[in-house]
Amino acid sequence: MFTKRCFRALFTVALSPGLLFGAATISGKITYTGTPAKAKVIDMSKEPTCAKQHPTPITTEAVVTGANNTLANVVVYISAGAPEEPNPATQAVTFTQKGCQYIPHVIALRPGQELKVVNEDQTSHNIHPLAKVNREWNKSQPPGTPPLSEKFDKEEFIPVKCNVHPWMHGYFAVLKTSHYAISGQDGTFKLPDLPAGKYTITAWQEDYGTQTQDVTVSGNDSKTVDFTFKAKPY
Amino acid sequence: MGKVFAVIVVVIALASAVPIVTHHWFGTAIELRPPQDISTHGHAIDEQLSETMVEAGLSFLAAQLLLAFFVWKFSSRGPTAEIKTFPGGAKWLVIAALALVGTEMLALGVLGQRAWATVYFTPAKPDALQVQAQAGQFAFYFRYPGADGKFGDLHPDKIDEGNSNFFGLDPANDVDSRDDIVSGELAVPVNREIHLLMHAKDVGHSFYVRELRIQQDFVPGLDLSVHFTATQIGKYEIVCTQLCGLGHYNMKAYLNVLSQEDFDGWLKQKASEQ
Repeated sequence: MFTKRCFRALFTVALSPGLLFGAATISGKITYTGTPAKAKVIDMSKEPTCAKQHPTPITTEAVVTGANNTLANVVVYISAGAPEEPNPATQAVTFTQKGCQYIPHVIALRPGQELKVVNEDQTSHNIHPLAKVNREWNKSQPPGTPPLSEKFDKEEFIPVKCNVHPWMHGYFAVLKTSHYAISGQDGTFKLPDLPAGKYTITAWQEDYGTQTQDVTVSGNDSKTVDFTFKAKPY
Repeated sequence: MGKVFAVIVVVIALASAVPIVTHHWFGTAIELRPPQDISTHGHAIDEQLSETMVEAGLSFLAAQLLLAFFVWKFSSRGPTAEIKTFPGGAKWLVIAALALVGTEMLALGVLGQRAWATVYFTPAKPDALQVQAQAGQFAFYFRYPGADGKFGDLHPDKIDEGNSNFFGLDPANDVDSRDDIVSGELAVPVNREIHLLMHAKDVGHSFYVRELRIQQDFVPGLDLSVHFTATQIGKYEIVCTQLCGLGHYNMKAYLNVLSQEDFDGWLKQKASEQ
C-alpha cells in the first residue's frame, strides 16, 4: 500500500509541468575554427527527374556553414541532468525525399515517436537507416505511395542513406530528452522551458563529433553556451 | 497424313523466315533497324551478327526443308520397311551432317573471334584517355586522374557517401587523389580512344552501351578494362546488365560524347565542383 502511494506520488511529481518544464533558457551559437571541407556539387545526372528540380545544383550537406563561421545542422540537447520523460511525443516527425535530397538533412525525434517518411519524387527511393543500436531496416518507396510510418526505441544517432541514390544522406537523432534543438544556418540554438538544475549540454555534428558543457540554471535564468568545433579541410 | 505434315513444316519454316528477313534486310521502320553505331569497332560486331543470322537462318531453312522432304518421301512406307539407323547404317549421312555442322560452327567461331578480338584481345593505345569506372549498388561513378595524370589510391574504409567520396579517396594524406575528378556521368571526347578501368565496389555489375557495342562485366576483386573510341557526339545510356540487387532496374548513367573543346570545358567545370 505504502509503495503504491509512493509510486503514485513520484509519478505525479514527475509528470508535473513545473519539474519537467521550467522557465530557464539556454541558448548559444555553434561556430567552427579552421577550414571546413569544400561542399561538393552533387551529380544527379543518373536521375534526370531529380536533376531538373535543381537549376542550381545542390551540394553535400555533411558540413553546412553560414556567415561568420557558423555551423548549421548541429544537434544540441541535454544529455544528462534532465528529468525522465516517460511519454513519447505524440506528433509525428516528417522526413521528406524531394529532388533526391533528404529534407531536412537532420531530424531529431524521441524513442517511440512516429517518423513519417514522405516521397515527393517521381522515382522510387529506398530509405535505409543504418542503425546499430536500434533495429536496422530498409524500405522501398515507389512514387505516389503513402508515407511510411516507423519508430525507433533507443537513443542513437543513425546515418540514413538511399539505396538507389548513393548521394542521398541524412541523419536521425533519436534522443531521450525533449529538450533539444538543431542549429540553423546562423548557428544559433535555444533550449527553452528548462526547470532549475545542473545539466550537461551536448552538441553533435555529423563529421566533427560531439562536445559537452555543464551548465547550472535556476528560476528563469537565461544562459548562453557556445560551442566551437574544429573544422577539417578533408 | 504424312504429306500434309510435310507441307505444314515447309509453310511454318518459310512463314517464320519471312519476317526475320524483311526486318533484317529490308526494314525501314526505326524500331526494326539495328541501333545506331557510334564506335570504331561496332561495324565488325554488326557484320558478324548479320553473318551469324544469315548462316543460322539458312541452316534452319535447310534443316526444315530436309525434314519436310524426308517426311514427304518416306511417310507412306509400310510398317515392314527397313529402317537404317546409326551406328550400323546411314554412316555417310551422319558423317556429312557432322562435317557440315562442324565446318559451320568453326567458321563462325574463327570469323567471330576476329570481331571480338578487335575489342577484347588488343591492348588500348598508350595515349588512350584513362577513366576509371566504379560500379556499386546502384550507380556508376567515373573518375578522371586530374591535372597530375595520376589516380589516387583507393581506401574502401574512407568511402563516405555523405561527402560524395564514392571511391574512398584519402585527400588528407594522398596528394595524387586531391585533383581526381569524380563524376556521375561518363563524358568523353569524340574520336579519342578511351581506356575504361573497371572495378566493382560490391557485387557483379555490367557496363553496357548499346550504341558503343560494348558490354563488359564488372567482377568484384578483378581489375578488368575495355577500350573504345566513340565517333558521334551525343548522349547515350549506360545500363547495368547484370542483375545486381533490388535497385538494378535503376542502375544507369549517361555517356556524354563531346567535342574535344566541350570536353575540356566539362572537365574544368567538374574539377571546380570537387
